[in-house]
Amino acid sequence: MYRTTEIVNQEEGQPLEDGDMIINVGPQHPATHGVLHLVITLNGETIKKVEPHLGYIHRSIEKMCESLSYRQFIYVTSRMDYLSAHINNHACALCVEKGLEVEIPPRAQVIRVLMDELTRIASHELWWGAMAMDLGAFTPFFYAFRERESINDIMEETCGARLTMNYNVPGGVMHDLHPNFQKRVKDFIQLYKKKIHEYDEMVTGNIIFQNRMKNVGVLSAADAISYGCTGPTARGSGVSCDVRKHFPYEIYNQISFDEVLETQGDSYARYLVRIKEMQQSIRIIEQLIDNIPEGDFLTKTKAVLKLPKGEFYSQVETARGELGVYIVSEGGSTPYRIKFRSPGFSNLSVLDHIARGSKIGDLVAMMGTLDLVIPDIDR
Amino acid sequence: MTQEELKIKITEILPEATIEEGGDWPSFDLPAEKWLTAAETLRQQASLQMDFLFCLTCIDWKTHLTMVYHLRSTTSQQNIVIKIKLDTAKPEIESVAHIWRTAEFHEREVYEMFGVNFLHHPDLRLLILPDGWEGKNPLRKDFEDPVNMIKL
Amino acid sequence: MWSFSNIADSIHNGLSQTFNPTVTVILEMVIAGLAVIGLFAMLGLVLVIMERKVSAWMQIRLGPNRVGPKGMLQSFADTLKLLVKEGLTPNGADKFLFNLAPFIAMIVAMLLMAPIAFAKDFQLWDLNIGVLYVSAISSIMVISILMAGWASNNKYSLMGAMRSGAQIVSYELSAGLSILSIVILTGSLKVSTIIQSQADGWWIFKGHIPAIIAFIIFIIAVTAETNRAPFDLAEAESELTAGFHTEYSGMKFALFFLAEYVNVFIVCAIGTILFLGGWMPFHIGHWEGFNHVMDYIPSSIWFFGKTFFLIFIIMWFRWTFPRLRIDQLLNLEWKYLLPISMINVLVITAMAILKWHF
Repeated sequence: MYRTTEIVNQEEGQPLEDGDMIINVGPQHPATHGVLHLVITLNGETIKKVEPHLGYIHRSIEKMCESLSYRQFIYVTSRMDYLSAHINNHACALCVEKGLEVEIPPRAQVIRVLMDELTRIASHELWWGAMAMDLGAFTPFFYAFRERESINDIMEETCGARLTMNYNVPGGVMHDLHPNFQKRVKDFIQLYKKKIHEYDEMVTGNIIFQNRMKNVGVLSAADAISYGCTGPTARGSGVSCDVRKHFPYEIYNQISFDEVLETQGDSYARYLVRIKEMQQSIRIIEQLIDNIPEGDFLTKTKAVLKLPKGEFYSQVETARGELGVYIVSEGGSTPYRIKFRSPGFSNLSVLDHIARGSKIGDLVAMMGTLDLVIPDIDR
Repeated sequence: MTQEELKIKITEILPEATIEEGGDWPSFDLPAEKWLTAAETLRQQASLQMDFLFCLTCIDWKTHLTMVYHLRSTTSQQNIVIKIKLDTAKPEIESVAHIWRTAEFHEREVYEMFGVNFLHHPDLRLLILPDGWEGKNPLRKDFEDPVNMIKL
Repeated sequence: MWSFSNIADSIHNGLSQTFNPTVTVILEMVIAGLAVIGLFAMLGLVLVIMERKVSAWMQIRLGPNRVGPKGMLQSFADTLKLLVKEGLTPNGADKFLFNLAPFIAMIVAMLLMAPIAFAKDFQLWDLNIGVLYVSAISSIMVISILMAGWASNNKYSLMGAMRSGAQIVSYELSAGLSILSIVILTGSLKVSTIIQSQADGWWIFKGHIPAIIAFIIFIIAVTAETNRAPFDLAEAESELTAGFHTEYSGMKFALFFLAEYVNVFIVCAIGTILFLGGWMPFHIGHWEGFNHVMDYIPSSIWFFGKTFFLIFIIMWFRWTFPRLRIDQLLNLEWKYLLPISMINVLVITAMAILKWHF
């Protein structure tokens, strides 16, 4: 712990002010949920500066993708934001399809959206449990996992994997749905509706929790845009930025759902956005589950995919915000350059701005509500 | 405002920008030395208000580097792409971290991955690579790592 | 009757017959010491398995279920593991203080066992300032935590220790004031007198609403004093990894762990003695018949039953509430609990003078 501190001090060449001390949160620390490394300058309990050091889990996925074919690279992207693996795959598949100019069949579109929303709920469930655990309440974690498990079971039955599903392929989805799918999803919705009140009773309405959350890590709308925040982080500040609404992909323009907006911009607003977003996802699933069109689930594509020369950008709304996939093609069977605009990276950059002047306990609340997934930041 | 109108408008405001065809969104080439003033205009011009820099990256074309800025206006939901060619030997460009704060982290990433030097960047240090990294920039095309890179 | 007092008497008689009085006293002290150490270890084992089972029950899972019947021997396995682990001392640490701190924590916890009446006429040391002794000795606990935090040469530990120092010193006030309110009602600091005064009903029932307020404040304050969630800022694992015991491992860590659980037991025992009548069975005023029936239940069962009920409540807190922030923690004490308990003491004093209580 001390060694790294010295390095940091030398690097910056800034002597610490009297009474200040540097604390390393991470790379092994219970609050960071991974290998994020924050160097925090503290004065007593008050934070003066937060400085993220990244790279502990950087696998250079962008470089790896340059030597993988357009079918192969999709699987690697499951390992970015592993909690919304399906949505990552979705963004890549969309981008390749845009380049190939293939239309995907309606059944595949509905399947993709259904799985997207299930993934979003699962991701928010995990966030809810982990965030409550950061704040010192252990029990919600297990309650969150109870519902999340049933989603994972549906995933497993559909495509064989529970977390990194790799269900999307260019042109549609890999397999057709399991015959049980509709029943299982309906069972899940029933279970979820029966249990959702427990979430509010246990966490949302708790006075300690509200005190820890309200007016903590306030992010103004202008700052949210300037720092490039997207997803629930920006929507908690009242910035309308839902890709599903503004740049609809697949069948999102045919579904009715609300973009959840809160205006306070504090941790509690971000919390409420995610809680309400889960309900919107349920609403989307309810609309689609009985209306899965019959037909193909996959368009026939060539064995070796080759994108024409040019640039292709597609964006989707993951559980954490806007994920952009930028493919530069030279006409070959592998991308010339690929860039993932990951939501976590931009959301992390705002942490220093909102954490200054607050207590070290608040930092945990802020990190919790920014919903940082480290492999997504490091890629 | 359609994309065609946007294209015309931007060429009026930024006479040095040349339109590049292709892609989903209006795309413009700019010379590197005009970038800072152009960025300020794009951000502040009331009819444009490109306030959201949602993607900042670089492409190594072997002969030159290209900086790619994806900009969006959160009011009109219009996207534009700005491309700036840089010299491979001495890539230098003005930082826009004070205009779009998100650029600070993205520029640091490009700095270490491509070796682009961002002038007047508030805190241009390694972000992802380990401290004391000496060697080539990993995302350049001439980067070889015999241990960790597997050729297919 | 196999009551604790009978066993103690028969040991005393047996020893007196064979040895002279001095040796008898020395032997009795040795036996008492061993009994305290045994009780200390037993409590640790029982409370750890209880905590794990309670938390499992609250978290809709099974908890430990592999070692022994229904996992009841899990604590033994854990203890064995901790015993054979290496007790590391960091290089930069102040070795003497670092190694001393866990023992101080343990000694404090053991000293606190002395004035507790476990059953009728079964008490190690019924000193006339029993309650004062408890609050005095329990303040020493903070020294062991500060020592551990300072000597570890770790910033997390130091911050944890400083937090815990601020916290324990603050909450001692409300805990002291709520203890004082019962002392005012009883007119004595002696544990046996306080228990005897509840022969016609426990203070929580006899003392009207002020006694209930005092009881609630007492429970909140002792939860904070023992560093239990939601006041576990000293070891807030998501902020300070493990707070003051970050650098401890093996048996030294286990001693802190044990001391924490034994402290929970002790504060709950004090709460039982003050508010719930200690070993005194549930008596109602002059209902002789009812009181007589209640007396059939052994006094030790009454004492342990009530104490474990309070322990369960404190565990319940831990597994349902999020943690407070340091400034909220101090606000709660200085802005709310302390003024309320001061007024409460005034009201109780008036009540005691005017004989309004039952």
